[in-house]
Amino acid sequence: MSKFRCGVAIAVWLGLLTGAFALDGAPGMHDPSTVILADGKFYVYATGNGLPAFVSDDGWTWRRAGSVMQAVPGGRPGPDVIARGGNNSWAPDIIRAGDRYFLYYAAPGPQPKAAIGLLIGKTLDPASPDYKWEDGGPIVWSDGVEDSNAIDPGVLRDPTNGSLWLTYGSYFGYIRLVELDPKTGKRLHPERKPVNIAINSEASVMIFHDGWYYLLVTHGSCCAGGNSSYNIRMGRSKKVTGPFLDNMGVDMIEGGGKLFAGSNGRHIGPGHFGLLDLGDGVQKFSCHYESDLDRGGVSVLDIRPLLWRDGWPVAGDNFTAGTYEIQSVRTGTALEMAVQGVPVGGARGRGGRGGAGAPGGRGEPGAPQPQPPPPPVTPIAAQDAAQVSANWPSGPVDVRMAPYMVQAQQKWTITPVTDGGGYPGSPFFKITIAGTERALAATPESELVVLPAFTGAPEQLWRIDQLTDGTYRVMPKAVPNSTGPLALSAVGSSSPTLAKFRADSDRQRWLIVTP
Amino acid sequence: MKTGRNAFLTLLATVAILSGSVLLGARQQPAAARGPAPSLVPAGSAPKAPDAAGFLQRWLILEPIRVAPQLTDTAVQAVVKKEYFPNQFTVIPHDGDKVSVGDESLSWHAVDTIAYNVNLFHFAYALNKPTSNVLFWAVTVVESPREIPNVRLAIGSNAASIWWLNGQEVIGIYNDRQTVIDDGVSKRLTLKKGPNVVRAAIVNAGGATDFCARFLDGDDNPVKGIVVKLDTNAKGAPAQEHR
Repeated sequence: MSKFRCGVAIAVWLGLLTGAFALDGAPGMHDPSTVILADGKFYVYATGNGLPAFVSDDGWTWRRAGSVMQAVPGGRPGPDVIARGGNNSWAPDIIRAGDRYFLYYAAPGPQPKAAIGLLIGKTLDPASPDYKWEDGGPIVWSDGVEDSNAIDPGVLRDPTNGSLWLTYGSYFGYIRLVELDPKTGKRLHPERKPVNIAINSEASVMIFHDGWYYLLVTHGSCCAGGNSSYNIRMGRSKKVTGPFLDNMGVDMIEGGGKLFAGSNGRHIGPGHFGLLDLGDGVQKFSCHYESDLDRGGVSVLDIRPLLWRDGWPVAGDNFTAGTYEIQSVRTGTALEMAVQGVPVGGARGRGGRGGAGAPGGRGEPGAPQPQPPPPPVTPIAAQDAAQVSANWPSGPVDVRMAPYMVQAQQKWTITPVTDGGGYPGSPFFKITIAGTERALAATPESELVVLPAFTGAPEQLWRIDQLTDGTYRVMPKAVPNSTGPLALSAVGSSSPTLAKFRADSDRQRWLIVTP
Repeated sequence: MKTGRNAFLTLLATVAILSGSVLLGARQQPAAARGPAPSLVPAGSAPKAPDAAGFLQRWLILEPIRVAPQLTDTAVQAVVKKEYFPNQFTVIPHDGDKVSVGDESLSWHAVDTIAYNVNLFHFAYALNKPTSNVLFWAVTVVESPREIPNVRLAIGSNAASIWWLNGQEVIGIYNDRQTVIDDGVSKRLTLKKGPNVVRAAIVNAGGATDFCARFLDGDDNPVKGIVVKLDTNAKGAPAQEHR
């Protein structure tokens, strides 16, 4: 249950990752901090020599941006930090504080002796002349004997009153909570004993939502590749100091914890939750996987949708390729290319009542008459574009909405686009009528059109964010003649358009479901 | 309101009987008007603001034209785009104007609806006209005090319908459907300062038939400050829409 080996492992595989995976570029890292958006770029920091820094222009493609300690006087933790802990740098977390940034990091010594240090900087951009980190000294520490291992800091600003809180700890002893001074980033009441809030976990961080404080921690073992049992668990409390109970009422200080995210698919061992709130009802969370099977089993960053259900956060999944119905939450009607639909299986009446083999009459008197055997019931094949597209216009076609009837012009194939850029957690997608190259596009009038073929132009690239309620926001990468972001919007039951996203409305919320 | 409806009944009945006597006298007795149309009254003379939700409540409506009961996109486009009477895509009629469609003489009626929608079944039934397998033409003139960009015409209709603003086709909704507020919504348009002509063709196959229409602003709220201004009393040569 320790992380002694993490730094060594990271040094081996950083820079070796190629191809398109959960995130693109170089997302290989362990124990990532909260992903933070600063001056239009995304930054994240991780365990490793000097605290590796990573930057992304769009949240999808990541690159190394040196190490934090390169900008720290002396190139290593401050002397008091080293004295309280050791000369290592693990598992940082970061928060904006006015015009500065507070970066907390673990400086472990012989475990469980450790300290959490503070670094203070004005900018995250290594290219800025103001880029430097100043040592803020140790904030909390563990002496190697007490029931605490002062690593894995997680910081929360309480939105109800602006207070600042730090959780920390690992499997040796408790997860602890202290209050910080929002102005200095240091402890507000250093004379007070930290509050024990959980046990048997690490990588703790709190978030606030709808009157509740949620404590998210990581259970299980790390640093063993595909043999790591890391999983993210949580409890909640009405008070920032706890007690944090899980969904079954078990206190996290007695080992409770509702599962938030476990291993799934090609990703083993999620840990180190971080909240990335993009506003407008779009929340993401970051984590690392101990082993990404698609990247040779190394540890990588991922960013995924954060949903809320029954008062608990739910780990969403990034959108995946497929063929879908795109249904308006506002109207229940489905997006379609505006061509005359053809009933699936051809036009036919509803047939006799009673189903196959039932008498066709409706209670006629007299003895039952012999009935001819009903025709055999055969399935009707799904309708595809090849069956019905002969009369579709060859040029651009309008877009509208209609009751979904499983028709070809209502089925959209959504495909990630290589080298088209992306957004936090995902590449952009193209949206085409299934079985064709007819591509959904934004027009210079901020309306919609289906073009005969996909060209890769920005107005044909689509961002699909899952909102916290599980519905989707669909936005073109760019709209000609428009400066602000616009979202697919149901302005009427039969009429889609592009409009500014409003989180308080169902106009721009869509269900994307298998047809 | 009751007095108004009774007067409208009388008016509609008179028009129906007179029309029938001219057109049908040699072949059959004109059907007597029924009535009253419970949701319609004769249009007033003062400009009429939309209701609080922005719905246009004053229209000139032509008595129904019998058509085939087809409601698909192509069928409705074909039915509506057929020329039934001169200048059918540009005329701004007056109350009482008549047109000849085949061997029928049909009259325009200026009506105010007391609801958000215009009930075409009430309209036709009161005149003892068919309500099924019919095409209705409706025209209104919206006076705008200024040029208003980024507005949308938002309509609902039972059943299929095609809509024009100042001669530009802006909405088409098809198939058998009920009137739903803001069902068909145009792309962003500009209301010009002064009169703006809204024209609709509604095709009904059977049962109830009605429509509703309003203008929405850039925030999808009803456009304020506009009024419907019909020249309801003038007789003579119908005006033409200037595109």
